[in-house]
Amino acid sequence: MAKQYETVIGLEVHVELATKTKIFCGCSTAFGGEPNTHTCPVCTGMPGSLPVLNKQVLEYAVAVGLATNCTITQYCKFDRKNYFYPDNPQNYQISQLYLPICRNGKVEIETEKGKKFVGIHEIHMEEDAGKLIHDEWDDCSLVDFNRSGVPLIEIVSEPDMRSAEEVIAYLEKLRMIIQYLGASDCKLQEGSMRADVNLSIREAGQEAFGTRTEMKNLNSFKAIARAIEGERERQIELLEEGKKVVQETRRWDDNKGESYAMRSKEDAQDYRYFPDPDLVPIVLDDAFLDGIRRKQPEFREEKMLRYKEEFDIPEYDIEIITGSKHMADIFEATVALGSQPKKVSNWLMVETLRLLKENGMDPEDIRFSPEHLSRLIALTDAKAINSSVAKEVFEVMFEQDIDPEKYVEEKGLKTVNDEGALRKTVEEVIAGNPQSVEDYRNGKEKAIGFLVGQTMKAMKGKADPGMVNRLLKELL
Amino acid sequence: MNILDMTAVELAAAIKERKVTVLEAVEAVLTQMEKSEETFNCYVTVDKEGALMQAGEVQRKIDAGELTGPLAGVPVAIKDNMCTEGMLTTCSSKILGNFVPTFSSEAVLNLQKAGAVILGKTNMDEFAMGSTTETSAFGVTKNPWNPEHVPGGSSGGSAAAVAAGECFYALGSDTGGSIRQPASFCGVVGMKPTYGRVSRYGLIAYGSSLDQIGPLCKDVTDCAAIMEVIASHDPKDSTSVEQDDTDFTTALVEDVQGMRIGIPKDYFGEGLEPEVKEAVLGAAKALEEKGAIVEEFDLSLVEYAIPTYYTIAAAEASSNLERFDGIKYGYRTSEYEGLHNMYKKSRSEGFGPEVKRRIMLGSFVLSSGYYDAYYLKALRVKALIKKAFDEAFAKYDVILGPVAPTTAPKLGQSLSDPIKMYLGDIYTISVNLAGLPGLSMPCGVDSKGLPIGLQLIGDCFQEKKLIQTAYTYEKIRGPFGRKEDRQ
Repeated sequence: MAKQYETVIGLEVHVELATKTKIFCGCSTAFGGEPNTHTCPVCTGMPGSLPVLNKQVLEYAVAVGLATNCTITQYCKFDRKNYFYPDNPQNYQISQLYLPICRNGKVEIETEKGKKFVGIHEIHMEEDAGKLIHDEWDDCSLVDFNRSGVPLIEIVSEPDMRSAEEVIAYLEKLRMIIQYLGASDCKLQEGSMRADVNLSIREAGQEAFGTRTEMKNLNSFKAIARAIEGERERQIELLEEGKKVVQETRRWDDNKGESYAMRSKEDAQDYRYFPDPDLVPIVLDDAFLDGIRRKQPEFREEKMLRYKEEFDIPEYDIEIITGSKHMADIFEATVALGSQPKKVSNWLMVETLRLLKENGMDPEDIRFSPEHLSRLIALTDAKAINSSVAKEVFEVMFEQDIDPEKYVEEKGLKTVNDEGALRKTVEEVIAGNPQSVEDYRNGKEKAIGFLVGQTMKAMKGKADPGMVNRLLKELL
Repeated sequence: MNILDMTAVELAAAIKERKVTVLEAVEAVLTQMEKSEETFNCYVTVDKEGALMQAGEVQRKIDAGELTGPLAGVPVAIKDNMCTEGMLTTCSSKILGNFVPTFSSEAVLNLQKAGAVILGKTNMDEFAMGSTTETSAFGVTKNPWNPEHVPGGSSGGSAAAVAAGECFYALGSDTGGSIRQPASFCGVVGMKPTYGRVSRYGLIAYGSSLDQIGPLCKDVTDCAAIMEVIASHDPKDSTSVEQDDTDFTTALVEDVQGMRIGIPKDYFGEGLEPEVKEAVLGAAKALEEKGAIVEEFDLSLVEYAIPTYYTIAAAEASSNLERFDGIKYGYRTSEYEGLHNMYKKSRSEGFGPEVKRRIMLGSFVLSSGYYDAYYLKALRVKALIKKAFDEAFAKYDVILGPVAPTTAPKLGQSLSDPIKMYLGDIYTISVNLAGLPGLSMPCGVDSKGLPIGLQLIGDCFQEKKLIQTAYTYEKIRGPFGRKEDRQ
C-alpha cells in the first residue's frame, strides 16, 4: 500500500501598509509614479542620511497584532539585515529579528472540515526594497527606488496548516482583519499582500517535521493552491525515489505549473543581524496600547452577528456584504440614511456585484456614495422611475457617482403617470401592430409582452410597466 | 592685530565693529593656505571661489543687521565626512572620490545660518578610521608644530588647519577620540559633545552609536560659541536629543571654587610618557590652587575599553560602509563580469587597507555563531563602562586626565603596528562608549616642542562644567600657540 503523507505548511505573509508616507522618510508611498520620483536621500541610501520611524506604521502593526491575539512587545527594536543587492540601497534592510513588535498570536479559520486555530509566531515591521528593471535591449539593469522604504509587516505563522484550503482560509482571514483595520488593501495581484509558502511533508502519524522549502512568487490564491499541490507532489516524488528534500527557496512559475530553485541572494546566507544604531528602541506604554484597542473597529464576525439581529436580509447577503469592509460601510451608511435594508442589500448583491464582475473590479473599488444610492432607492420607492430606468441610472452612478435625482431630472427620465397620455400611446401601438394584436386575440398570451415592450419603447422607458399592462388588456 | 592671530569670536567682533571685512578675513586665510597648504595638506578640497562669493553675501547680511551672532562672517573648515551640498565630500576615500552630496549636514546648515563662510573640506583618516590622518587616500596631513610629525586623527586636517591659521575654526567628528586627540597633537581646543547633542544628519557614519560632531578651535571661548550654534535637536536624527541648555557661553566663568575634580589613577599608569603625565598633573595642581577639590580615584574597566570599542565600532562600520558598492554613486571599477564581481572589485579597489581591516573585523564579530560572544558581550561591557562613569560622576563634577599617552608621533611610525596605534586611544575611547562629553586643550609643550593635551570629561549634558573648568585653566595657563604665532 502506498504511504500516506501529511503536508505541513507555514506562511510568511508580507503586507504593505496603507500609510501615506514611507516607513523611515517623508516620501509618498503612492503606487505607479515615474521611476525614482518618490525618493529622497533616506530611501536611496545616500551617505549621511538617517531613518526616522513613521509612527503610523507602529500603530498599524500593533492594531494587526491585537486583532490577531498577539502579545505586543512593549520594548522593541529594529535590526539591520545585511545583504548586498542593487534594489537594497543601503545594502542592509531595516527589519526586526531579536525583538519583533508582536508575538504568539492566533486566528481562527473555518474550512469544510470545521474550525481550527492557526498560530502566529510573530509579526515584524520592515522596509520594502526598490525594484529592478532589466533592460535586455541595452543589456543593463535599472533601479527604481519608489518602493524602497514602503512599510511592510511580515506575519509569520506557525506550521499549523495542512492543506491548500486551510492556507486560503487563513489568508482570507488575515486579509479581512487587515482590511477592516484599514491597514492595507491586501491585493495579491498588486503585491500589497505577498505570501511565501513554507512546506514540508511527513509520513502520516510521524511527529518530526520533514525538510521544508520556501516557495515565492505567488500572485493569487489560485497560484498558491497550485503551488502547494505541485510542491507536495515534488517532495513526495523525491522521497519515494529515496532522495532528499533540499532546504532552499524556490520560485513558482504559475504558467508552467512548476517551480525551480532560486539562486540565493548571497552565496553564504549570513545576514549579520544587529540592532540598528540609527534608531532608538521603541517603548510602548499601556496607554498607547489602550488607545489602539479603543480604536479597533467592529470586525467581520461581530458585524455578521449584528446584521443578523438588526436587518432582515438573507444570511448569504450578510456574508457577501461583510466580506468587504468598504461594501459593509456603504450598506450601513445607506441604511442610516433611511433606505430599507433589504433594498440596499439588493442593489449591492445584484447590480453592484454584476458591474464589479464585468469590470474586473474589487468591492474596494466601489465609488458611488451612500447618499446617491439612497436617493436612487427613494426615487424607485416613490415610483418616480421604473426599475429599468433605475438600473440604467445606477450604471451611470456606478461609473461616475452622479446624483440620481439631478440625472433623472436632466435626462427627463421620470415615469409618465398621466393615464390619458399613456392610453393614447397604447392605442397607437395597438393600431401599429395588427399581427401581434391578432396573435394575442388568438390566445397567444406571450404577444402582450411584445406590445408592452413597444409601448415602453415609444414612451422612452418612462412608463410604469404595470399600468401599461393593465391598459393594454383593457383596450384589447 | 594680525587677522590670523584672532580667535573666531574676536574676528566676528572685529567684523561687527567694521574693523575687518568678511572678505579680508577670507583672503587672509586663503593667503595663509598659499603659504602653508603645500607643506601641511590640511584640505582635500578648498572652495576658493565659493568662499569669496559667500564672503560678499554674509557681509551684506551683517551690514543689514540680519546676522548678529558671535560667529558671523568667520571662515570655517569642515571635516570631509560631513555632507556639503554641491561640494565634494570624500571621507578621504577613493570610493567617494567623486561624490558630491545633494544636501548639507545639519551641523553645517546651523553654522551657515550663523553666518559661517565655508572654506572647504579637511583631510582625515579614510572614513575616520585611524589616529594619524595617514590613511587618507589624498595624502598625509602634517603637524604644523613640526611637519615631520603626524597631526593626529582622524580629524587631523581640521586640527592642523586651525593650528596653521588656514581657518579660524573647524568641525571634526569624534568616534573614539578623533577630535580630542588631533586637538591635543596640534595644540588646539577640541570638544566631543554628549552623544545626541549635535545632529548626525549628513555625517557619513563610521560607528553610528559613537559618532559625534564637535568643534576644533583656538580657545575655550570659541569652543563655547561654536557649541551654541551646532547643538540642536534635529527631528531627522532619531538619536538627537531635545535640549534647552545650549547657552554654553554662560559657562565662560573663571571659577573652580569647590569644583570636584577626579583623577583616574588608571589613566596615569604604564605607557604614559613622563612629560605628558607631568604636564597634566601640573594642570590639576593649578586648578586645585584655584579652589578645586582634586582627588585620585579608581575608574574600573579601563583595560576593556579598547577591545569593546573596536568590536562595536567595527561592527557598525562594516554595515554602514555596505552602501558604498559602486552602484549608486562613488567609485566603480572599470572592468567587471557580473554583479558580484563588480561589488568585489569596486570595493577592493575603492577602500584602503585600514578600512578593509575594520570591515573584516566588524563582519566577523557580527557573523552568526560569533554575535553573542563578541558583539553582544561588547554591548554588555559598554553598559558596565557607562555604569563605572555614573559612579564616578556621583562623586565628581569633572574627570581630568591626559588625552593620549604621547605627543604626536613621527610620520610613518604608526600604521605598521595597528595594535599599538589602537592602544593610543585608551584615554579617549571610554568617553564615546559612555556617550559623555570630553574636551581637549593644550597644557604644555614637551622637550621635542610638541603640544601636550589635557582632557576634561563630564557627565552627560554637563558640557558647561567642562567649559567652566577649561576656561579657568586657560586663564591660569595663559596664551598658547606655535612659537612663530606668539612673536
